[in-house]
Amino acid sequence: MRLIPILTLGALTIICHQPAHAQQDIQKKLQRQLITAEDGAVIELPPGTFQLSSTLSLEGKKKILIRGAGMDKTILSFKGQTEGAEGLRVSNASDITIRDLTVQDTKGDGIKTMNVTGIAFKQVKVEWTGPPAKENGAYGLYPVQCQQVLIDSCTAIGASDAGLYIGQSKDIVVRNSIARHNVAGIEIENSLHAEVYQNEAYENTGGILVFDLPDLVQKKGGYVKVYNNNIHHNNFPNFAPKGNTVAKVPAGTGVMVLATNHVEVSDNKIHYNNSAGTAIISYFMTENPIKDSTYMPYPATVYIHGNDYLREKVRFQGKGRMGMLFRFKLRFGKNVPHIIYDGILNKEWTGPDGQYKSEYRICIGPNNNASFANLDAGNKFKNVSHDMQPYNCANTITTTTSAQ
Amino acid sequence: MSMIRYIIYGLLCAGLLTALLASGRHTQRAYAPKETLSEYGFFKGNMAEQVPVAGIMPYQLNTPLFSDYSEKLRFIQLPPDSVITYDPLNVMYIPIGATLIKTFYYPQDMRHPEKGRRLMETRLLVHTPGGWNAWTYIWNEEQTEAYLEVAGDRKPVRFTDHNGRNVAFDYIIPNVNQCKGCHNTNEVLMPIGPTARQLNGDFPYTSGRENQLQHWIKAGILQGLTDASQAPRAPVWNDPASGSLEDRARTWLEINCAHCHKPEGPAKTSGLFLNINEHDPTKMGILKTPVAAGRGAANLQYDIVPGHPEKSILVYRMESTDPGIMMPELSRKLTHKEGLELVKQWIKAMK
Repeated sequence: MRLIPILTLGALTIICHQPAHAQQDIQKKLQRQLITAEDGAVIELPPGTFQLSSTLSLEGKKKILIRGAGMDKTILSFKGQTEGAEGLRVSNASDITIRDLTVQDTKGDGIKTMNVTGIAFKQVKVEWTGPPAKENGAYGLYPVQCQQVLIDSCTAIGASDAGLYIGQSKDIVVRNSIARHNVAGIEIENSLHAEVYQNEAYENTGGILVFDLPDLVQKKGGYVKVYNNNIHHNNFPNFAPKGNTVAKVPAGTGVMVLATNHVEVSDNKIHYNNSAGTAIISYFMTENPIKDSTYMPYPATVYIHGNDYLREKVRFQGKGRMGMLFRFKLRFGKNVPHIIYDGILNKEWTGPDGQYKSEYRICIGPNNNASFANLDAGNKFKNVSHDMQPYNCANTITTTTSAQ
Repeated sequence: MSMIRYIIYGLLCAGLLTALLASGRHTQRAYAPKETLSEYGFFKGNMAEQVPVAGIMPYQLNTPLFSDYSEKLRFIQLPPDSVITYDPLNVMYIPIGATLIKTFYYPQDMRHPEKGRRLMETRLLVHTPGGWNAWTYIWNEEQTEAYLEVAGDRKPVRFTDHNGRNVAFDYIIPNVNQCKGCHNTNEVLMPIGPTARQLNGDFPYTSGRENQLQHWIKAGILQGLTDASQAPRAPVWNDPASGSLEDRARTWLEINCAHCHKPEGPAKTSGLFLNINEHDPTKMGILKTPVAAGRGAANLQYDIVPGHPEKSILVYRMESTDPGIMMPELSRKLTHKEGLELVKQWIKAMK
C-alpha cells in the first residue's frame, strides 16, 4: 500500500483565504493525484475545508482508498462550482472505498460512481448547506450500474432528488445512515438485491422509496428488504424540479414501493409520516405514459409486516393532483390510512378468484397500529376497501446481497 | 546429472523471460507520453504554424463537436506501410502506432482570420498495443511549445465572434479522465470523429480540393473502399444543401451527444440515445421522461415534445451554461447558439 498525502502543508496554509490561482492549484494537485494513483494506493486528505471549482474524477483504478480525516473534518466544498456536475466521480473501477469526509454544495450530484464493482462509502456526508431548494443537486451518494455497494454510517442532507440513491445496481447494503431534508431520503431504483436497515430517514418529502421505472438499461429491480429503520416526520414539502418522477411523491410519505416486485418492509418505526406511512402503488399513479413494452408497471410479491405506525390527526399532506384526489375523491379527512395500496392488478398474474396467485400476492402481516386502504384506483376509486383480510399472508424475501 | 540439466534449463528460461520482459518494457516506454509536443516532430518549421511533416495527413469532419467556438486543426499520423480499414458505420479501424492530432485555437477575430490566432492545446490520441491513450499538451503564451498536462487547466480567452461581438470566458482544458468521459465505448477509450460519414467530404489539400476518403484511397492508406461515392455521408450541420433539417439536426446531436448517449456510452443509464442509427422514438427522447436529470429537467416533462422546443428538456439543457444543468457536461462554457437553433427548428417541425 502506498500512502499519498494529497495536499502539502504549504497548500493548507492558504486555504482560509485563497486567491483564485491557489484554488486552481489545489484542484490540479488533487486531480493529478487521482490520475497518477497506482492500483492499491491510499489517498489521504488532511483536515480542512478545500474550495474546489470542478469535478474530481477517478477512472479505471483498482483497490483505491480515499480517506479524509473525518466527517466534517475534511470538507470538499464545491460552492460556486464552475465546471462539471458532480463533486467526485468514480468510473470503470473496482474495490474503491471512500470514507471519513464531507462533500458540500455541488452543482449536481455529490459523489457519482458508475461501473464500479465493490464500492464502499463509510462515514461520508454529502450536504447542501442552506435551506432545501430545487437548485440543489439531484443525488447525494449516487452509485449507478455498480455491483457490491455498501453505504455505511453516511449522511445526506438537502438533495433535490434523493439523498442516498442507488440506481441500476446489484448487491447493495445501506445501513446506519441518516437522510434528512431531501426530497427522497433513501431510494433504491431499478436495482436488484438490496438490504436497507438501521437507517434514520426523517424530515424528507418521502423517507425510503423502492422504485422500478421504465425506459432504463437495467429494468427489472427487486429483492429489496427494508427493515429496522426509523422513518419519521417525512412531511417536507416536495422541492424536486417538476419533470422528475420523485416530484410526484407526496409530502408525508414514509415508505413507497413503486412498481417493484419482491419487496419486504418489516420491523420499521414508521412514525408521523402524515400522508402515507407505506404506499404500494403501480406506475399508473404517476400518470406518466408507458411506452416501454417490456416494462411491468405493477408492484407484486410485497410483504409489509412488523412495522410500528403512528401519525398525527391531520389531512393528507401532498399537494397537486394527488392532494386533490385525497381531499375531494377519497375524503379520508384526518384519518388517512397508514398503508395505502392502489389495487391495480396485472390480469396475467391473477387466479380464478380474480386475486393475485400466491407468488404475486401483496401480503400485509401483523403490524402495530396499522390501518389500511385499497384505493381501487383501476376502477376510478369506486370501491375503496379497508379490509386487510385478503392480504393476510406471508411472503418472505431472500436477497443474495454479498457486500459487506 | 538431471539436476544440472534442470538448472541449465531454468537459467535459460529465466534469461529468456528477462529478455522478453525487457522488450515489453521497451515497447511500453516507446508509447509513454513525451513532455513536450515538439519532441514528437509532427510539424516542420515554426510549430505554431501547424504545417505537418511529410506523412502526416490533415483532415476535417463534416459536422464537428462544438467546443466553445474554438477552431480545430486535425491530423493523422500512421506508422509506415499501414492502412486504415473502412467501416460504413462505426469509427474506422486505425492501426496500432497511429496518432490522431488535434489542435484547438481561437482566431483573434473570427471575421478576419489573417489577424492571427492563439493556439490553446493540442490533444493526442495514440493507439498503443494496450489500447488508445489520450494526452493533452497546453501551449505557452509565447506559442513556441506545448507541454503535457494530465490534470487539465483553465485559461482566460478573448475573441471577436462572427458577428463582431467580443467574447471573454475561461476556456477549459480537460484532464485525462475527462478525455475518457467522452472517448468511451464500453469503458474502452476510443476515437469519436473518424467515421466514414464524417470524413466523406472535401478537404483543401495543398495539391487542390479533393474528397478526403478518395484522397486516402489514392494515397494507399484506406482499404476496403474503392470509391468514396459508395460511402455514407454526414451532412454539414449549417449547410442546408448538404442534408435535410432532420439529418443535419440529428448529425449535430450525434457528434455532440452520442459519444455518451449511445447504448455503449457513459450516459446509457439515462436511456436516451442520440446516435444516428437509433430509430426508437422514445429512446431518441420523443415524449421520454427524464431519469436522473435532477434540476436539468427544470419543470419540463419530456426530453423532446414534438412541435415544442420550449417544452423540451433537450433544448433547455443545450441552452444552459449552469454546470448542474447543461449538456454536454464537459468542456463547454458557452452556448452553441446556431446548433441550438438547428435543433429547435427540427423539434418545431416535428409532428
